[in-house]
Amino acid sequence: MATPEAVLPGPAAAPSRRAPAVGKQRTWLRRLPLNMGLAVVALFWLVPTVGLLFTALRPRELFAQTGWWKALTEPSQLTIENFRRIIEDDSFVTSLWNTVLITVPTTVGVVMIGALAAYAFAWIEFRGRDTVFLIVVGLLVVPLQMALIPVSKLYGEIGVFGSVLGVVLFHIAFGLPFAIFLLRNFFASIPKDLPEAARLDGASELRIFGRIMLPLGLPAIASLAIFQFLWVWNDLLVALVFARTENAPITVAIQQQLRTFGGSIDIISAASFISMIVPLIVFFAFQRYFAAGLLAGSVK
Amino acid sequence: MVEPPAGRAPSQTLPAGVGGSSGPAPPGAPVAAVRRGSGTGGGAKRGMAALFLAPALILLGALVVYPIFATIVASFQNRTGNEFVGLANYEELLTNHRTLVAIRNSIVWVAVVPATMTALGLVFAVLSERVTFQRAFKAAIFMPMAISLLAGGVIWRVMYEEAPERGVLNAAIRAATEVVRPPGEYTGAAPSEGMEGAGKGMALTAPVVAGGNYTLGLVALPPEQVPEDALQAVTPVPAADEVVGVVFRDFRPGGGGVRGAVDEGELGLPGMKVDLREADGDVAQSALSGEDGTFRIEDVAAGTYRLELSPANFREPFGGVQWLGPTLITPSIIVAYIWVWAGFAMMVLAAGLAALPREVLEAARVDGANEWQNFRRIIVPLLKPEMGVVFITLVIYALKIFDIVLVVAPEAVQDNANVIALEMWRTAFGARDQGLGAAVAVLLFLLVLPVMLLNLRKFRGERD
Repeated sequence: MATPEAVLPGPAAAPSRRAPAVGKQRTWLRRLPLNMGLAVVALFWLVPTVGLLFTALRPRELFAQTGWWKALTEPSQLTIENFRRIIEDDSFVTSLWNTVLITVPTTVGVVMIGALAAYAFAWIEFRGRDTVFLIVVGLLVVPLQMALIPVSKLYGEIGVFGSVLGVVLFHIAFGLPFAIFLLRNFFASIPKDLPEAARLDGASELRIFGRIMLPLGLPAIASLAIFQFLWVWNDLLVALVFARTENAPITVAIQQQLRTFGGSIDIISAASFISMIVPLIVFFAFQRYFAAGLLAGSVK
Repeated sequence: MVEPPAGRAPSQTLPAGVGGSSGPAPPGAPVAAVRRGSGTGGGAKRGMAALFLAPALILLGALVVYPIFATIVASFQNRTGNEFVGLANYEELLTNHRTLVAIRNSIVWVAVVPATMTALGLVFAVLSERVTFQRAFKAAIFMPMAISLLAGGVIWRVMYEEAPERGVLNAAIRAATEVVRPPGEYTGAAPSEGMEGAGKGMALTAPVVAGGNYTLGLVALPPEQVPEDALQAVTPVPAADEVVGVVFRDFRPGGGGVRGAVDEGELGLPGMKVDLREADGDVAQSALSGEDGTFRIEDVAAGTYRLELSPANFREPFGGVQWLGPTLITPSIIVAYIWVWAGFAMMVLAAGLAALPREVLEAARVDGANEWQNFRRIIVPLLKPEMGVVFITLVIYALKIFDIVLVVAPEAVQDNANVIALEMWRTAFGARDQGLGAAVAVLLFLLVLPVMLLNLRKFRGERD
């Protein structure tokens, strides 16, 4: 993305005659109101999250009396007691572990199964390929509400209802259209001499897939993986429907506490914050891939 | 930070359906070449393709495609799915108050969210290019997208706490309103003997004239509400053209005393604003009571007046907007959602902005276009495809909205905040009515169907 300097260099001819320092200073002055305005907006955007953090860092009794911002002037209110209690709570740790157990296999599964299919759609010739691919594109926007009732029944019949496996399979299935779509477009844009040459050398399709497509497709795969990871980590609905209590992820565990919001605010705020840590790390570490995945995923 | 990796992904962004036509070099092209390329070994190829596709197609078939049809069938069946009931579920769907509220709210969501968010994202994208801390700004706006709508909902429930002591929004509103309308020092006071008008301004029942001396007693004031500098109330002596009096707490600790009269041990109420009103209600003069509760209004013309303690003395402090009450709940949730997703709109539009040909923007500037003209005539028209993508994507998301409503709306107002996707879950898995739940799901499906068709059309058009 262009830097601000590159975006607004000012009239091309004028600055050369002026002393550059003066021009810069003026630009800076002229932009001061805008800079300050956007700084306020950014601050506003951060306040809610900071508020949750401070809420989680104060004892529950104080929540009923005063706002979290009191801790800014009275830092003695801050305590990590809520967090300590949460991580010593077995059921909480289990639910966090369940989130991992659901999220990691789903991400791996979507990437693997999606990449295989995407490769076939991009590089293997077969009858009806375009039609099948169009159907996949059509599935991009199907609301998962459309599948909840029949899949519940199906899961009941084959005995995976309530299990982690059931949740994972459902997530993979609904992640696939986007994965196939994204990766197929990416694979298809790879110059065709590469796979052709490999084929002439007698390489199998599986080898071309593993040795050429996967490495070259890494940027797209990274975007997809991060996007899927965050999507599933943050999911509430699918787990709410398909996961039994002992298999429920952290989002469901928090949701169960909401009935008594003020009374359980210590648990709710601390658990919410812990559940945010992994996504935030992933987000800040791989921001560019996340952004790319989102861009590609418009209209899911 | 927010830019897509190395110029690769942008070419695939828009094909994601709707905006595809604008994307440079549709990646469909190489496929067409291959299609006609090697046509040998059809059987082996097909076997290979089947191998590669099988896992995906089995999962999609069993968990996405088959359920679509099964749900449509279920929507014509009863609540347990063992009997066909014709259109009964759809009839219920369109007459039941709860589902109608859900449909109405979903319409509100679709009407408000995509347009607001696209506009906000555009403004953010354009303005952020001009500030020195562009990356930090974008990270701040974009960050909520990484966290779950559940956590986002919890965050906003804390923001929306009703008591201004606890909820930051109401605290801010209180701070702002109290600059303009400070709350009275004597809220909750009630008139004593000879006074009237509880709750608003309190006035002497009888009219007053110049040269008079009046006692204005108040009751129902707890001791902690009486200012610390208050002294024993006294009765001042008036001059001929003066109205004087005392405002006091008409309560003698330890009992005794005469109602409506100043007794030993009764305190004056300082800082009370006293209005002298003419017969037509206009305020002729005002005075403030002193530490002993006395006030003195000078140069009073002949005639009768009313003596009133100004309503400002008794004004209740700001109690807090009921953000999570039945009336405001949907707008409140929408604000929370915009907070979460504004980064998405900003991102897509900023990427589009960065891809605009610089020469065009430059040419306009050289021609003397100002920033606003530049925005209106150049940026907005050129970004229309991206704005379309953002808009339609958000229409879909707005229709599917679920978690944040479930989390932000307290149970008591969940019926008021209801939306289609939430209603589907509540009906099918809360009330265990599969037939009606399926009908709600089908309604949702029908609503996203146009976008699906649009997607397909764009995609086909792009490939041909």
